[in-house]
Amino acid sequence: MLGRTLREVSTALKQGHITPTELCQKCLSLIKKTKFLNAYITVSEEVALKQAEESEKRYKKGHSLGDLDGIPVAVKDNFSTSGIETTCASNILKGYVPPYNATVVQKLLDKGAVLMGKTNLDEFAMGSGSTDGVFGPVKNPWSYSKQYRGKRKQKAHGENEDSNWLITGGSSGGSAAAVAAFTCFAALGSDTGGSTRNPAAHCGVVGFKPSYGLVSRHGLIPLVNSMDVPGILTRCVDDAAIVLGMLAGHDPKDSTTIQDPVKPFTLPTLADVNKLCIGIPKEYLAPELSSEVRSFWSKAANLFESEGAKVIEVSLPHTSYSIICYHVLCTSEVASNMARFDGLEYGHRCDINVSTEAMYAATRREGFNDVVRGRILSGNFFLLKENYENYFIKAQKVRRLIANDFMNVFNSGVDVLLTPTTLSEAVPYLEFIKEDNRTRSAQDDIFTQAVNMAGLPAVSVPVALSNQGLPIGLQFIGRAFCDQQLLTVASWFEKQAQFPVIQLQELMDDFSSDFEIEKLSSVSLKQ
Amino acid sequence: MAAPVKRWSCVGKRWVLAYIDGGSRHGRGAAIGFTSRRKRGQSSVAQQPLITAQKSRKGEHEWEAVVGLEIHAQISSNSKLFSGSQVHFAAPPNSLVSFFDASLPGTLPVLNRRCVEAAVMTGLALNCRINKKSLFDRKHYFYADLPAGYQITQQRLPIAVNGSLAYSVCVGKKPSQVSTKTVRIKQIQLEQDSGKSLHDEPRSQTLIDLNRAGVGLLEVVLEPDMSCGEEAASAVRELQLILQALGTSQANMAEGQLRVDANISVHHPGEPLGVRTEVKNLNSARFLAKAIDFEIERQIHELENGRKILNETRSFDYKLGCTMPMRDKEGKQDYRFMPEPNLPPLLLHDTASLPPGADPQQVINIDWIRERLPELPSETREKLIQQYGMLPEHSFALLNEVGLLEFFQNVIKETRAEPKKVTSWVLNIFLGFLKQQNLTVNESPVTPSALAELLNLLDRKAISSSAAKQVMDVKRGNPRAINKLMGLVRKATLSRADPTVIKKILERKLSS
Repeated sequence: MLGRTLREVSTALKQGHITPTELCQKCLSLIKKTKFLNAYITVSEEVALKQAEESEKRYKKGHSLGDLDGIPVAVKDNFSTSGIETTCASNILKGYVPPYNATVVQKLLDKGAVLMGKTNLDEFAMGSGSTDGVFGPVKNPWSYSKQYRGKRKQKAHGENEDSNWLITGGSSGGSAAAVAAFTCFAALGSDTGGSTRNPAAHCGVVGFKPSYGLVSRHGLIPLVNSMDVPGILTRCVDDAAIVLGMLAGHDPKDSTTIQDPVKPFTLPTLADVNKLCIGIPKEYLAPELSSEVRSFWSKAANLFESEGAKVIEVSLPHTSYSIICYHVLCTSEVASNMARFDGLEYGHRCDINVSTEAMYAATRREGFNDVVRGRILSGNFFLLKENYENYFIKAQKVRRLIANDFMNVFNSGVDVLLTPTTLSEAVPYLEFIKEDNRTRSAQDDIFTQAVNMAGLPAVSVPVALSNQGLPIGLQFIGRAFCDQQLLTVASWFEKQAQFPVIQLQELMDDFSSDFEIEKLSSVSLKQ
Repeated sequence: MAAPVKRWSCVGKRWVLAYIDGGSRHGRGAAIGFTSRRKRGQSSVAQQPLITAQKSRKGEHEWEAVVGLEIHAQISSNSKLFSGSQVHFAAPPNSLVSFFDASLPGTLPVLNRRCVEAAVMTGLALNCRINKKSLFDRKHYFYADLPAGYQITQQRLPIAVNGSLAYSVCVGKKPSQVSTKTVRIKQIQLEQDSGKSLHDEPRSQTLIDLNRAGVGLLEVVLEPDMSCGEEAASAVRELQLILQALGTSQANMAEGQLRVDANISVHHPGEPLGVRTEVKNLNSARFLAKAIDFEIERQIHELENGRKILNETRSFDYKLGCTMPMRDKEGKQDYRFMPEPNLPPLLLHDTASLPPGADPQQVINIDWIRERLPELPSETREKLIQQYGMLPEHSFALLNEVGLLEFFQNVIKETRAEPKKVTSWVLNIFLGFLKQQNLTVNESPVTPSALAELLNLLDRKAISSSAAKQVMDVKRGNPRAINKLMGLVRKATLSRADPTVIKKILERKLSS
């Protein structure tokens, strides 16, 4: 049951094949078994069981709240959850229990979803590995998969298996791992420069970043307000569409959400792709791109072409400026957003009380890690009166150029862009930490970040396994507020790709019967 | 010390406020010497521009003071600028604080429509150009009563710009010599108020009250078109009356709803402006005038003694009557302004630009607000002058006290007495009575009807002017006045009435 998609398990709940409480207990049990993944910071067991019980009552009365009723979900620990500690994986918020729910959390709960817990991340979502949080790194479930282990055994005998675990990518690595390891059916991430899509690609799940303004940010503890979007991680595109349908729409508490009413999302099944125009941005053919990812990318393009779509090369000429531009805008907003963490109203406060200023300084030094402090420092530098024009204003102009690049391409008739999500498959932790956070983030975000600059919807879809037996994802980018069209195309592609299910039987013997073995061998694109 | 020569001249009294201040103004100047004349000793005449040289006597240089103001007016609205918290003065500490006001992570600002309308109204009343598009910015500084570490304000593109405010000052010795002056308004911007820090020195702790945090403010920036404390105080007083007439701010300085910072510099006419100082947090019109005049004198004194003026922030010590350098939080501040990313541009419409089918709840129509502007104080005064042949200074006086105009109008309605007589009675006898009793108009035991009746009796010559004044005197709490009244009644009744009965009747009448 746990291996199923959200829609499948929802049907099972409706038909009474399983009760919400049984489902919740199975997930809780699996969370315990996979504790070593460090996917969760907080497991809200009591709350979850209570919610499941409520859901069960509704099902018994025949008053189900819809597709999400009784479905176990997880939420990244940078969304405020009423009564549940929300830490952003930072010392400064350890022990902080918000008195309110983020709008997206409230919407999930209103639809009957069962909240399993809060997932791990890089501190304040600053990172691309989920390795830089105060609760330690998240381990990629694929490190323990039959697919990956099998390949490794062939290669290197005698190597210490445990020291070679892989990163999940980030910063929503906890959410991606939680979904990949079947501990929930959907998870919320956040996506500022690729933080939902990147770990989704590394963990073999779907990672969807909606259009900016489609989903409320109220209650999402911000990284970069003008780029942050709540992200959705699921095991298939259709599930992401279901969750999006529940979350999308105007929120009076977030003035940047669109006013127009959002129609319910139901993904039509795309019979063919004849009328579709797929753009392949030539600038995304980066030298660092692994040959395997490149090969899957071109195979995917060929697939679209062979099925009748028009596939054309397009140009997004300002792409190469995206990283540096992002650096200025991100750190500036970070410097501003982090100013509130002074130890006065909430969160950590140091013992020093010689003066208010000394208290601020010590509190913030103790509270933030090096990455956060570094970004605060650079951001404040860029915002200084003497630097503002040369950095912030320039970066804003470049941002506009980057957004215009996309506009031009879409105006020329392209429906959807197809790109890689990441440069390569997930790397082992020990290799990942050889580079500092800033370098890694700059490298890892290159295909995902420009999308946030432009506020466009994008989704990473798992395509196939690499030679090492690790997931590879490709990204589709759509027109602003054409999220439904984007997901429709992604869903069509997903069906063609037939990405294999992760094999974690060795770890989860009790659940082996729950997995759908029949899909395992088909990796159509690898043929 | 240089010999006294009259230098910077602000022409006389702030008579708009004369009724409030009583006679206190007369002795003031002499104490710090600004009405005296001084000679400037050292500096070379040849370096001065010709115009200046012509104006001044040989070997002397006039000083000219330049005063600009930044005024913060708390917007009168039920809820705060970006949150739904209530706004009340003197509520229990931290009882009016939303999650946003306390800057809980993840909370977002939602602009209060009422505050925008108040800004538009104020802008229109002050002859501003209303920007159809304005923007919000973050201004960063660390302070305990600023929970987010930044204030949301409108630095780049404020909601209203390029206005003007006309105010009057008295130019001569007689109050009738009124001169109307104009100060340009640079801009009006919407911004958040901060909380309050309460320093408990003995326990060396600071307590924070966030009730005020996030309350909407109108920052009105007046260009440096004023030249003395009197002018500044008059301009502020006029602004106060306008805000009160509009209902956009209660503008009560004592309750902190109107706070003024003054920028002050002195220079010789025709020369570039001098280095300015900023005197912060002036919360009464009287202290505003005093602080500015003191600061001007201080600057002149410093310069004449060959010292320099520092570009600094000063505070006014009302007990000592002087300004002092503030111990600045951390020296020169760089506020690191940044666009507020959580608020889209504030778009306003006029009837021409109104999108068809727009939801009236979602748009603000400037023309609609313009058409519904209430009567402004200047218009009211003009009407009084036209309608009742009132002297301009009397029209000012009537508007100067809360409720006095209404009282006057109610008396007028019910009496046959001449408007001039009513004016004189209301402004002199009635107001004098209130001042003596330390009462506001609304607390007055004398109702408009009672005064009207009294004036009717006077008008019918049923009683004499002196008898009428005795009535007021009794009201004023002068027990001996009743004896005079008794005398008048006895006279009128040819001593036939019983004095005890007369006294009883009089006391009953007067206490009613």
